[in-house]
Amino acid sequence: MGDSELVRKMYESLGEGCITSPGVAHIEIHGNTVLGLHLVPGLVVEAEEREDGVRAMVRIEHGARIEKPVNMCFGLIPEKGVQRIEMDVEVGEDAAAAVVSSCTFPNAVDVLHEMQAVVRLGPGSEYSYLERHVHSPGGGVKVVPRSFVDLGEGASFMADFEMLRGRAGELDIVYEAVCAASSVLEMNARISGSGDDRIRIHEKATLSGEHSRGVLTTNIAVRDSAWADIRNTIRAEAAYARGHVDCREIVRDGATARAVPVIEVTHPLAHVTHEAALGSVDSKQLETLMARGLTEDEATDMIIAGLLSPRYKAEVTR
Amino acid sequence: MDRSILEIDDLTLELGGRRILDCLSLDLWEGHVHAVVGPNGAGKSTLANTVMGLSGYREYTGTVKFLGNDLYGLSVDQRARLGIGMAWQEPARFRGLGVEDFILSGSEDKSAEKAADCLMKVDLDPEKYLDRAVDGTLSGGERKRIELASILAQAPRLVMMDEPDSGIDVEALKRIFDAISVLRGMGSTVLLITHSMTVLEQADHAFLLCCGSIQDKGGVEKITEFYAGRCIPCDHKNRPEEGC
Repeated sequence: MGDSELVRKMYESLGEGCITSPGVAHIEIHGNTVLGLHLVPGLVVEAEEREDGVRAMVRIEHGARIEKPVNMCFGLIPEKGVQRIEMDVEVGEDAAAAVVSSCTFPNAVDVLHEMQAVVRLGPGSEYSYLERHVHSPGGGVKVVPRSFVDLGEGASFMADFEMLRGRAGELDIVYEAVCAASSVLEMNARISGSGDDRIRIHEKATLSGEHSRGVLTTNIAVRDSAWADIRNTIRAEAAYARGHVDCREIVRDGATARAVPVIEVTHPLAHVTHEAALGSVDSKQLETLMARGLTEDEATDMIIAGLLSPRYKAEVTR
Repeated sequence: MDRSILEIDDLTLELGGRRILDCLSLDLWEGHVHAVVGPNGAGKSTLANTVMGLSGYREYTGTVKFLGNDLYGLSVDQRARLGIGMAWQEPARFRGLGVEDFILSGSEDKSAEKAADCLMKVDLDPEKYLDRAVDGTLSGGERKRIELASILAQAPRLVMMDEPDSGIDVEALKRIFDAISVLRGMGSTVLLITHSMTVLEQADHAFLLCCGSIQDKGGVEKITEFYAGRCIPCDHKNRPEEGC
C-alpha cells in the first residue's frame, strides 16, 4: 500500500477526508514512518524516523498564534504492529496553539502504541490538546501514553483524551503536570470500555505556584467485564492554589471501577477538593427520562452519552 | 360532558411503616387544570410520585386508572407512553446532557426547530440555551423552565407539576404560568401539586389534601377560603380516622 493510500485510510477510519487546506498544519505518522508533514508560519516540526520509532520536536515560536488547530494523525492500518512516538513540544512565551491528535487503529488485533511526550509551556502561553482514539471493535490494541507537562507562569494547558469509538483494549495512561504561578491546567478523560477492556489512568498535578489552578476530570463508562482503575492526584504547594479532582464512572453488567482521588495540600492558603461517584446511573436522572417515555436502557444510554460528552466539564471547570 | 382522565379510588400507600396516602380518592377531568393543595407532609408529592410509578411508590392498595387503564405494575416509561408526564419539584441535573437532547427526549419530532420552539414558549432564547448542558451552570428557575419545555415537546395527556413555584423568582413563575396556559391550549390535563395560594389560583378545580386523604374538593375559591382559614397554620383539625 502506498503512502497516500495509508494516509487516506487513516483519515477514512476517523470518518474524515484528508486535509488539503494549506492554512491547516498537519502531520501523519503511520507506524514508525512519517507520511506527511505540512507546516504553517510559527510552527516548527522536526520529525526523525529511528529504528525503534519516531522522534518529533514540535516548537511554537514565541508570540505565534496558530489560528487553526494543528492536526496530528497517528495510526496503524494493519492488524499487527508497534508504534512508538517520542515527542518534545515547546510552546514559546505568549504563543497559542490548539492540537487535534487522532490515533487510529481500526483493524488492530495485536497493536502497541507508545507515546512519550514532554510539553513545556512558556510564560503566558496557551496550548490545548485533544487526543481522540478510534480502535478496532475487537480491542486488540494496547495504548501506553506517558506525558510530562511543565506550565510556565500564567500559561494555560487543556488536555482532553477521548476513547469512544471501538473497544478501548488496554489503556495505560500516566500524565504528570507541574504548574507555575497563575497557570491553569485542565486534564479531562472520557472513555467507554466494554468486553474485557482494561483502563488505567494515573494523573498527577502539582500546583507549585501561587494562584495556580488545576482540574483533573475523568468520566468513564464500563460494561461487560471491563475494568477501570483511576488514581488522580493534586498537590497544592502555594498560596491561593486551587485544585479539584472529579471522577465519575458508570458501571454496568459485570464491569469493575475503582477510583482513588488523592488531594494533598502543603500550604495553609491553598485549597483542593475532590468528588467521585461510581456505580449505577442516578435514579432521579433515570426516572426523569423514563417519564418522557424512554425505556430504562434508552435512558441509561442517554445519561452515559452526557457523561462522555465534551459538555460535561462545563460545570466542573466553571 | 367532562370525561375522567385519572381515577383514583381508595389509594393507600405506606412508606417506612407510615401511612402517607390514606384511602385517597379523586377524579381528574380531561382538559382541565386541577390543583392538589395541602400543607407540608400532607402527601401531595407522594400522590404524584405514585401516579408516575417512581421507585418506592409502586406498592399500594386501591386503584389508579388512567384513561381506563389500571396503572398498577406499570413502569415509569410505560405510564409515560400512556400519556402521563411529570415536572419535578427540583429537576434533575444532567452534566453533559445537552438542553436540545433533553427537550427532545420525549418528543416525536426530533428536530432542532421543535426544541427551539418549546424553549421560546417558556421564554428562553434558543441561541443561548440549546448548546448548553442541563447542569448546575443553569439556575433552578432555568432548569424548571427547560423541564417544562421538554414536557411541552412531549405533549402528554396529563401533566403533574410538583411545586412549580419552588426555588424560582416571580418572573420565572410568570413564565411557568404561561406554559400552563400553553398546556391548557394543547388540551392537556394539568395537576398542580402546591401549597402556594398563587399557584392554586391557576387551577379550575382544587382538592384539599390533609394527612393523606382528600378533605374537600370544588372550585378554587371555596378551597382557597378553607385552606387559608384552617390549614395555615395546619392544626390537623381534619385528621381522618384510621381505615377507609
